[in-house]
Amino acid sequence: MGKTLAEKILSEKSGADARAGDIVIAKVDLAFVQDTTGPLTVRTFQSSGMSLANPERTVLFIDHAAPSPSANLSNDHILLRDFSRESGCILSEVGDGVCHQIVAEAYARPGDVIVGADSHTVTAGGLGAFATGMGSSDVTVAFGLGKNWFRVPETFKIEVDGNFLKGVYPKDLILHLIGKIGADGATYKSLEFHGDTIKKMSMSGRFTVANMAVEAGAKVGLFAADETTKKYLEAEGRGKDYQPLEADADAAYEKTIKINADKLEPTVSRPHTVDNTALARELKGTKLQQVVIGTCTNGRLEDLAVAASIIKGKRPAEGLRLIIAPASRRVLLEAIEKGYIKDFVEAGAMILPPGCGPCLGLHQGTLGDGENCLSTANRNFEGRMGNPKSFIYLGSPATAAASALTGEITDPREVT
Amino acid sequence: MLKGRAHKFGDGISTDHIIPGRYAHLRSDLPELAKHVLEDADVNFAKKVKHGDFVVGGSNFGLGSSREHAPLVIKMAGVSTVLAKSVARIFFRNAINLGLPVLICDTDRIDDGDELEVDLAAGTVKDLTTGEKLTFGKIPGVMLKILNEGGLIPYIQKHGDIKV
Repeated sequence: MGKTLAEKILSEKSGADARAGDIVIAKVDLAFVQDTTGPLTVRTFQSSGMSLANPERTVLFIDHAAPSPSANLSNDHILLRDFSRESGCILSEVGDGVCHQIVAEAYARPGDVIVGADSHTVTAGGLGAFATGMGSSDVTVAFGLGKNWFRVPETFKIEVDGNFLKGVYPKDLILHLIGKIGADGATYKSLEFHGDTIKKMSMSGRFTVANMAVEAGAKVGLFAADETTKKYLEAEGRGKDYQPLEADADAAYEKTIKINADKLEPTVSRPHTVDNTALARELKGTKLQQVVIGTCTNGRLEDLAVAASIIKGKRPAEGLRLIIAPASRRVLLEAIEKGYIKDFVEAGAMILPPGCGPCLGLHQGTLGDGENCLSTANRNFEGRMGNPKSFIYLGSPATAAASALTGEITDPREVT
Repeated sequence: MLKGRAHKFGDGISTDHIIPGRYAHLRSDLPELAKHVLEDADVNFAKKVKHGDFVVGGSNFGLGSSREHAPLVIKMAGVSTVLAKSVARIFFRNAINLGLPVLICDTDRIDDGDELEVDLAAGTVKDLTTGEKLTFGKIPGVMLKILNEGGLIPYIQKHGDIKV
């Protein structure tokens, strides 16, 4: 019997014949924390008496509170900077960007095992890395031992065929899937993406889809490493990090879910759960006070290009705040070179420094009581954006840009 | 034998309900952070909860973030055990890693305020208020070993390595 991507990677990294349901000890190729989980990890690590197994593959990211809105968080940043200096591990500073985007740009390789103290660590699955979120204790162990224990997940094969219609994007696909299987529909599972739609999908789109695997409860969201992956790594100056990786044709899947891409329409998650989906056109008339385009889910150049093409030369609706948060410094620079940032600023948008922005309610766009926001982020839980009396809708950059122009949730096909 | 009162919550209690992101600035001041435990699910929880009580959730308890602060503030509130119909993956591992048991059972049969008696070894929950007796699913072997050592870091300190 052949192996799924999860089984292949965990076999390679554990030296065992890893099969779904097995518990294995696997080598960890990259371990990281960010500034809201890092201080607890660093303190736990320091009290454990261990030393770093691989300082050059241990990264501390300052991205969630960037720049810091308070003295307390600034002090947390000092703790991370000090630890990096003392231990020799890598520090990614305020303004560099969101951890998941930088892991994709600079660190993740097909076939890697990656653990991060952030649930959206799954993003690197777009590159064929077994990347999963863990808490501070587990990441402490990965820091100190360079390995950890994993239960080899069962796999759902997600087979997507056909072509996206105009106005439909990978974000709509993943929101549709989560709406279909539910926020716990894939708990503990690996979601493995197959089909001709997936083969044609850009790396940017793959990262968006992998990023949200955890919103269905999944442990990883995995893509084969193919020519698209190779070209992406070469463009990042990391061609040597490429290795082809695909599941065996006779791998055993717990179930197969088929999706016809031709049938998908712009999709939106309604408050307060990601699986509470509807079509954008069904929500017409839902007034918005804020639109956010960015984050680790949809803050890449391709996302900003789509949004800029809709917004260029126009103005957001009266009273609507449009916030753009590029996922990394690289993305910001390229968006400047391409003229997207000028388009956004001329249209009246605010540009945030690369980082998590208002996604998790720390700063830079906290919502007021009763306010509605449409965001390209990945989570719309009650209180997520800093106020439990506010309401968050999730959609693609195209839906977000179109909605910014009209001031209400809008199917992007209506404005383009 | 663990004995205490049930604090009942619904389905889909997220890590943002348990410890909202807006309190991220308190994460290096754990006693202060813990005052906000489960605030967005029940604003009075921190005042009501007593040492030895149980948090009783519905399905997919603890979904969302990897923040270990979520099970940590529940533990700091004195809660001995979390019971739920199902639990999100990262929260489950985090809780066990901190020595906080999470037991999977049919929590629809437990009401808010019921007195419970949990026998970890026997795998049973007795609802002393209703007389109902429930059984909970086994904690996987490796996690049980970690739990029995009081958490992952104490386990590593004792054994010097992780074994399965």
